[in-house]
Amino acid sequence: MSDAAENQKTDERVKAEPLLSRLMKRPELGAIAGVILVTIFFLLTADSAMFTLAGIVNFMTPAAQLGILAIGAALLMIGGEFDLSIGSMVAFAGLFFGVCIIVWGLPLIAAIPLTFVFSACVGAINGNIVIRSGLPSFIVTLAFLFILRGLSLVGLKWATGGSTQLRGIRDAVEGDWLASVFAGDAFPGLFVWLAERGLVDTFNNGNPKVPGIPVEILWFIVIAVVATYVLLRTPAGNWIFAAGGDKVAASNSGVPVNRVKVSLFMVTACCAAMVAIITMIDAGSTDARRGFQKEFEAIIAAVIGGCLLTGGYGSAIGAFFGSIIFGMVVIGLTYTDFDQDWFQVFLGGMLLIAVLFNNAIRKRVTGER
Amino acid sequence: MTDDTKFHHGDVDDSVAPIIQMRDIEKHFGNIIALAGVSFDIRPGECHCLLGDNGAGKSTFIKTMSGVHQPTHGEILFEGRQMSFSTPRDSMEAGIATVFQDLAMIPLMSVTRNFFMGREPTKGRGLLKRFDVDAANQITMDEMRKMGINLRGPDQAVGTLSGGERQTVAIARAVYFGAKVLILDEPTSALGVRQTSNVLATIDKVRKQGVGVVFISHNVRHALAVGDRFTVLNRGKTLGTAKRGEITPEQLQDLMAGGQEMAALEGSLGGTV
Repeated sequence: MSDAAENQKTDERVKAEPLLSRLMKRPELGAIAGVILVTIFFLLTADSAMFTLAGIVNFMTPAAQLGILAIGAALLMIGGEFDLSIGSMVAFAGLFFGVCIIVWGLPLIAAIPLTFVFSACVGAINGNIVIRSGLPSFIVTLAFLFILRGLSLVGLKWATGGSTQLRGIRDAVEGDWLASVFAGDAFPGLFVWLAERGLVDTFNNGNPKVPGIPVEILWFIVIAVVATYVLLRTPAGNWIFAAGGDKVAASNSGVPVNRVKVSLFMVTACCAAMVAIITMIDAGSTDARRGFQKEFEAIIAAVIGGCLLTGGYGSAIGAFFGSIIFGMVVIGLTYTDFDQDWFQVFLGGMLLIAVLFNNAIRKRVTGER
Repeated sequence: MTDDTKFHHGDVDDSVAPIIQMRDIEKHFGNIIALAGVSFDIRPGECHCLLGDNGAGKSTFIKTMSGVHQPTHGEILFEGRQMSFSTPRDSMEAGIATVFQDLAMIPLMSVTRNFFMGREPTKGRGLLKRFDVDAANQITMDEMRKMGINLRGPDQAVGTLSGGERQTVAIARAVYFGAKVLILDEPTSALGVRQTSNVLATIDKVRKQGVGVVFISHNVRHALAVGDRFTVLNRGKTLGTAKRGEITPEQLQDLMAGGQEMAALEGSLGGTV
């Protein structure tokens, strides 16, 4: 006990740190502040329908789809690398998944693990090229952005006999118990029960307006929690920060830097596969433009969430909030009188503010002058 | 500077067996003879300074000791047994820790995360195996306090520490992970006066714990402030080892510079170096 007491004894030269400045040290602070600002903005300008349960589910769905990618991108950025090919990877994983289901007629229980293994392999190829060549991951994955997009197009035409769209997935997975794990709404019973008691909005026939929570939102939350846990509470998380902070120092201290980085590329590719599977079971089809420009949106969400482009700093929970900002802006503008195309301006502006803000914060945290 | 030092020197008995003995180490790189027969030993609880001007072979020599280079000739005895370290990892596992000038520290990460980088303590099993952050924080605070540094908190980023404090974290880390011999590669060369004295004080504390410290420097005053023995390297050869009190700063300075040139310069510089 005396040990603990001694621990409380602090240096008299160190002033007690105010709560605000302690909070400022968290990388996700910017994203949380952003969520609050965007919420205030839409509370003032948007139709009140936006913040009903139906409205929230409405903007959380695109946020979740982007967020799953953004969390993967954030982990990779903290580990000091980039992946510009995640958008194309969504289409490519989608192609593979579609071929498994439609061409080979596999059940989901086989198709889903196969798709993840396949995507992880593509991620490993990406990672190994970056590590072995020593080239910037920006260039290598830029190449893969085009390679994978092109392969998706060629592959789709091969699989469908000339079309760039692969249909019929919904019929093929009809009745497969796994389909409901990746698409549709969770807890429908709960929502009916809530509707019967008048706790949620209902249609005139008594059915709840929101039939359940879309499962992708649950996946989004689960992935964010797991990623945050790994980053902050496991040795692997420490290795990710170390590999991104300074790979020479990290490997001198015994961190398997190359293994960490290649694994992160694999995780990112699996996040893309996850999004591909969810959206395909939901929509019943895939096409070559799936995930188009998602790589940039994911990186924007990660940066808004506090990740540094130089690596070694950031958080998964920040990317979570960054994606929610994205979803709110995309969907929220439809509830306002603004032209929807303002969304791109808004997104670019948010990115710029986030980078300036993060830079200032980082300089304070690390005492750089 | 030499006589009013506040440190209690090691005063290690000559009879204590050395931890490492390096005998007649030679290292050739192609036709370049970087080391031409260097002998050196380090006993527990002493600070043995390795002095030499730029290009004298100090770096090559400590790299041989830490397993980065293999000697061309000569033998290394570790605790009396003949050893050959083929990688830095081998020597680390034997208990030889090297703190290089770049320190292997990541400024954006907290002191705790740096302290345990690559060697995180864990608790739990299987999927629940996790980084024991509380224990890590506690150990870091304790070890740093032992070295005389009160951190604001274990989550303080290393980037906010001064150069001397960072050096101390690196030393504390090496000692905590069981170093028997600590090699410090010019730890004071980039530091100001106060930071230097902090690092020298840290060396003194480490020595008291029974660790043998190899202190590489080209600053005679820093070496004399903490050193127990002094070995001077010049052009790849040992010019001899002197005990504390047997040698004056001027003599050391002359040895390092190879004698003659320094004597000629002395007049014009008025004894300022």
